[in-house]
Order: sequence, then structure tokens, then C-alpha cells
Amino acid sequence: MSKQTSVKLVLLGEAAVGKSSLVLRFVSNDFQENKEPTIGAAFLTQRCTIGTKTIKFEIWDTAGQERFANLAPLYYRNAQAALVVYDVTKPASFIKARHWVKELHEQASKNIVIALVGNKYDLVVDPETGEEIEGRRSVSVEEGKALADEEGLLFFETSAKSAFNVNEVFTAIGKQIPEETSKPQDEPSSVGRIDLNAPVDESGGAGNCAC
Amino acid sequence: MEGDYDVIVLGTGLTECILSGLLSIDGKKVLHIDKQDYYGGESASLNLTQLYSKFKPSKPYSDQFGKDRDWCVDLIPKFLMSNGELTNILVHTDVTRYMEFKQISGSYVYRGGRIAKVPSNQTEAISSPLMGFFEKRRMKNFLEFIIKYKEDEVSTHGGVDLDKITMDELYNKYGLERGTKDFIGHAMALWSNDDYLSQPARETYDRIVLYLGSVARYGKSPYIYPLYGLGELPQGFARLSAIYGGTFMLDTPIEEVLYEDGKFAGVKTKEGVAKAPVVIADPTYFPEKVRSTGQKVIRAMCILDHPIPNTSDADSAQIIIPQNQVGRKNDIYIATISSAHNICARGYYLAIISTIIETDKPHLELEPAFKVIGATKDVLMGIAELYEPIEDGSKDHIYISRSYDPSSHFESTTDDVKDIYKRVTGHDLVLKKRATVEEEAELAGLS
Repeated sequence: MSKQTSVKLVLLGEAAVGKSSLVLRFVSNDFQENKEPTIGAAFLTQRCTIGTKTIKFEIWDTAGQERFANLAPLYYRNAQAALVVYDVTKPASFIKARHWVKELHEQASKNIVIALVGNKYDLVVDPETGEEIEGRRSVSVEEGKALADEEGLLFFETSAKSAFNVNEVFTAIGKQIPEETSKPQDEPSSVGRIDLNAPVDESGGAGNCAC
Repeated sequence: MEGDYDVIVLGTGLTECILSGLLSIDGKKVLHIDKQDYYGGESASLNLTQLYSKFKPSKPYSDQFGKDRDWCVDLIPKFLMSNGELTNILVHTDVTRYMEFKQISGSYVYRGGRIAKVPSNQTEAISSPLMGFFEKRRMKNFLEFIIKYKEDEVSTHGGVDLDKITMDELYNKYGLERGTKDFIGHAMALWSNDDYLSQPARETYDRIVLYLGSVARYGKSPYIYPLYGLGELPQGFARLSAIYGGTFMLDTPIEEVLYEDGKFAGVKTKEGVAKAPVVIADPTYFPEKVRSTGQKVIRAMCILDHPIPNTSDADSAQIIIPQNQVGRKNDIYIATISSAHNICARGYYLAIISTIIETDKPHLELEPAFKVIGATKDVLMGIAELYEPIEDGSKDHIYISRSYDPSSHFESTTDDVKDIYKRVTGHDLVLKKRATVEEEAELAGLS
């Protein structure tokens, strides 16, 4: 077996840019048209093998908490990777993406790997020819690249609908994750962490589960 | 945010966030608002810039204790009992997925001018300086009674009825000395004054069982604590609520509370009007509907560059100064934590001292605790009045939580959660195990 490392990956981006759809495509190679805003499932995992290492992505969705700019610091805590997603047909979502990148630099750990992702690429290309249709996109590839270069981000345009470039984003992130920083196990504070979900062997009357 | 909801929650303190999460899981449509621009309300953890602007506005923080963002200072110092109800709720709702916990290294008690570790196992008990040889035997007999006691086996009751005998009588039955009573009542049952002595022994019995069960669970002390501070707890439950459809709005003051026929009907904010038949709020949102409990708490947040003396350099500890050891009516608590729990810059320690105020010179009341913790780099002090709702919410459908009390743990907070939950929904809280990650993936059509 190859080495497996867990990587916390957070999703950021304006509502309705396709954050959950990207994950759905990545995790189960599926796409749902007119997907409802994310409810009830905001913690997904997917393994991804890159060369000799296996990365288990623990993917955190925003659970709609981005709507009023209310993501809690807890969300960014120890994230090793982030997808900052915008919609290539929505200029406002690109402005928002800049804001999220800034937020990540302030809140997240210093060596976080960030990928800037212009989603909904399918909307700007002709499905028959694969050629771009003039006038469809509002954010140019150059603008995206420029922001990515400026901030040191990975950059991709994707389509969750057609699966274009989706796996590539996660693979590229996986490659960038330095092996030793995935879960800082040798940090002193990692000593003595406890697993509350581990079954407890107790016979005393202290258990007070109401079930 | 405009529209109709089942419940509006005001304030993102721990009590409100747990209720928000539980009600969202129940399928209620929840709108959760905070007037402040951060999560946690009174139960937040602040960085030093926030802390100094709150407690020392004349002296802004200027990086003298390392990077601001390394600090998460709890406004309300408490620990989780590892077998307590909050742990139970965390596990059942799987909010444990969002945070990590560590043990608190030790529990200490002040006796005769110095502190000693509360034994957490037999070996420590034998060598403990807290009791003499014969007293240790009496204590052992007493604890054996507690451990062996079974409600439905009269033979284990030792001829006493826990609902009738007072705790003092029960102590006396085992011939325990005054100092041992202090130790059991304050360091194990965690009573903060001596009123319990004349009460039926039942509740003290329950508390000792909780303490022993909590120590037995992980070993070093009965307490656990989340990395990055207690402020992670309300955030974790807020996330739970959001995942189940709850809508969150911070930095949104309430401009008007709307009523219909004397009952709560909704709120007006800068974003518009939101309607709901029920509101849950912390006391600051309805000052006219709460009253003072008559108690005020003083809390001193002390920044140290050393561990607390006589704790074997513990990275974290709970220290209890029982009231009659220092001629008081209420215990003084010291909670100390450090970079081992990611709440301060490396090399620093934080000690939070708290007690119920008894005189008009409250800062002097903390003197014995300052002697225990040693030299401080800086001290920030605050006094908080404790509030409780005047009515139970049945008339106007306004359900208000209680202020966080000075106890060292969250048991009273979860009592309040369960009580409000029952008043709001009409039934007892029954914790159901949340779906696993795999089941949720299935739910989302991902399998």
C-alpha cells in the first residue's frame, strides 16, 4: 500500500458558481442540473492516487454560510487546500473570488495550496465543436491567470457539467501538497488528541444517553 | 433573509447555536442572526486585539505577546466534562468532525496554602498529600459506596436513602473530616459553595459519579478542551445548523421586534423583515425580559510566560480554591491553558481566574489565586452580571437563555439547552445519532 495522507480542502466562492457540483463530479462523476443549494451533506471524502501517494481529500462545503459572508474561522482552520470558484460568465463572482483569496491569506495557514477555478466553462463553448462562442464569457482566461500568478495560485477553467478539467484540479492540488505538511503530526499540540467518537467501555451509571 | 421561518435565533452563543443545530436537524427552518460580526457572543474566544479593545480600550494590543491570531482567549472559562452532556451532544450530532479535543492535564485543589493534584488513579491517591493515612481509608470506603451503589439493588444502598439523607450526614456516616468534605464537595462534585451540605445527597452523588466517569474515560483529568478555544463550539454547532438548512447572518442588529396579539411575530433588520412564530435569544436581545440573578462574576484573564508553579509544568489545568480555605462563600476557579491547545503563542500560558463577587473590592478577592499563578505579564479584568429570563416564553413565544454561570464546566449550559428545547418543541430532547459521512454522501446522491 502506498502512503495515505488526509488533506482538508475547503470550497469558497459566491453562491451558485457550482462549488458543490464540482465536488459531486469529482467524488462520484455525476452532475445534477438545477441542484438545490447545499443542505445536509457538507463533508465529503474522496481518495486520489498521485504517483506513489494516496491523498484522502476531506472536502468541506460552505453549507450556504458564504451567503452573508459568515463563514466561521473554524471553516478555514487547518485547511491544507482550497478551491476558490467563480463562474466564467459572472464578473461579480470573479470579484468575489479575489475577496476569498484575500480572506484565505489572512485566515488560513501559510502554506495552504489554493486553486482558482473558473467554472461553467461549458456555457462558453459550442458542445459540437468545442470551440468558444464569442460573447459568452465575461471573465477572460488572461484575467484569471493574472490573478493566479499575482497570488501564487493554481489556475483552471472547468465544467462540472461536462467534467472538463475537474479531476485535473484535484490532481494538481494533490501534487502540490508537500508530504510532510499534510496533517502536522509532529507539532507538539498534536500530542494527546482524543477521539470522542471512540467507543467507551463503561459500566458505571454515568452514561446518560437519553435514547 | 426575508420570508417565513419556523424559528428565529438571536445571538450565536453556545446555547443558541446548539439549539439552532438541534432544531435544524429536526427539520425546522431556522434563521440565525447575531448583531456582532463574529460567532460566539458571550461564549466566543477573542484574539488579543479584540480582547484589549474590550477590556483595555485605552491600551490597544501592539504585538508584545506574539502574533495576534495565535491567541484565542475564552470570555467564559469552562472545560467539558469528558462524560458530560455536552460531550454527549457533540458525539451524537457529530460536531466532533469539525474540531479536535485534548485532555486537560490535571485537576488541582488548594489546601492549606498550596495546591495539590486531585488524584486521578489509585497510585496518585496513595501518594497524595491531601489526606492522612486513616482518612484515605475512610475516603476509600466512601468512594466504594458511591461506585457500588445501584439504584435497583437495595443491598448496595448501605441503609441510606439518597433522597432523604443530607450530604453532610452521608459524609459523617463515613467519618470524613472537614477537609475531605471540602475536597469531595468542591473538587469532585464541583459545588462552588457549601449549600449542598444540607441538601439531599442525591445530586452530589450524581455529580461525583459524573466526575469519576469523566476521569475514567481518558485518564489524566475529568476535563477535555477543544483546540483553538471554546469559541470553536458555537461555530461547530452553527455549521451543523447551516448544513441542515439554517440561514446565518452576522453583523445584523435587530431594528425592531414585531409582535402580533402580544406574541412574537418576527424581526426587522437592515436586510428586511423575517417572520417566525418563535424566537430563541440570549439575554442581551431582550433586556426588558430578563432580570439579574443577583450574582456578579469577576473574571481575570492573565497572560503568563511560565506554567503555573507546583503543577509539574502542566500545559493545562483546573485549579479550585474551595471557599472556606480562604474565608469566602464561593470558590475561586483558575483555568489554565497554553499553546498545547493552540490558544496562545508558543511559550505563553493563559490563566483565567473567576469567582462570584462577595465584596465591593472584587479584584482583591482574587488575591489568593494570583499568589497561586505567580508572575503575570498582563492582566485583563471584567465583571459580568448574570441574567435569567423573567418568563418561560409560553405567553409571548420569546425563549431566552440564561447567562453562562461561573461553574467550571458546561453542565448547567446543557441543562438550559434541554429546558429551552422542551419549552419550544413541547417534548424532551432525544439525541439521535446523525448519519455517518457515508450515509450523508448517499443522501446527497453520491454513492
